[in-house]
Amino acid sequence: MWSWVAHRVTGVLIFFFLLVHILDTALVRVSPEAYNAVIGTYQTPIMGLGEAGLVAAIVFHAFNGVRVILVDFWAKGPKYQKAMLWIVVGLFVVTMAGFLPRHLMNVFGGGH
Amino acid sequence: MAQAQTPSAIAAPRSPYARRKTTRGNFELYSWVFMRASGVVLLVLVFGHLFVNLMVGEGVHAIDFAFVGGKWSSPFWQVWDLLMLWLAMFHGTNGVRTVVNDYAQRDSTRGVLKSLLYLASAIVVILGTLVIFTFNPCPPGAPAELLPSICFPN
Repeated sequence: MWSWVAHRVTGVLIFFFLLVHILDTALVRVSPEAYNAVIGTYQTPIMGLGEAGLVAAIVFHAFNGVRVILVDFWAKGPKYQKAMLWIVVGLFVVTMAGFLPRHLMNVFGGGH
Repeated sequence: MAQAQTPSAIAAPRSPYARRKTTRGNFELYSWVFMRASGVVLLVLVFGHLFVNLMVGEGVHAIDFAFVGGKWSSPFWQVWDLLMLWLAMFHGTNGVRTVVNDYAQRDSTRGVLKSLLYLASAIVVILGTLVIFTFNPCPPGAPAELLPSICFPN
């Protein structure tokens, strides 16, 4: 049940980010200066942490989505749904362990 | 007396099950299938997007007009982003529609929330599509140092 709640919460969060993200990207049609000014605000440390949270939400939603598909279409899916949730959690940890150091280095380290 | 007026409403015992003809179409079935089909494709599109924009090179620090212009000079990324835009927006809109249906109990509340949702989604999908198709990576008069390298062929 909690995986269902988390799937909804992450889905709604991602959707609202998506609306904003398409609008900010549309600024490339206005001028290079306008786009660079707005995208520059994505490159601050606070937004960098927000991006980490966004990627975490996407990674969970993606892996749990595959689990939902397997529960629905794989004959043994319902039987193994709990085991698959732990696999989702494991894959989430591994993916974030690969993503976070590199992203946080880009945000807080060298860069410009 | 009143019950006797509708004898056909209850099937006779042991009569074979006959599925009643649906009167509202199969929209929810198609929506359920779409969420799963688009979800699989989005997994590839979004993970590829995140990897190329956040992991390769300097990650988020490398994103500026020249970066986007360089990407959208290639039909590959134009198609990638267009497909991602459409699938993600329909997947997300359909998901939020489900959430609104689940929690907004009054008909009028549900109607208003879904109207706002569809309006916002339509604006964003149309705007995004226009931007991908009408984008000029080398707008005339823009400072040269902000433009992608493809604007300066040797």
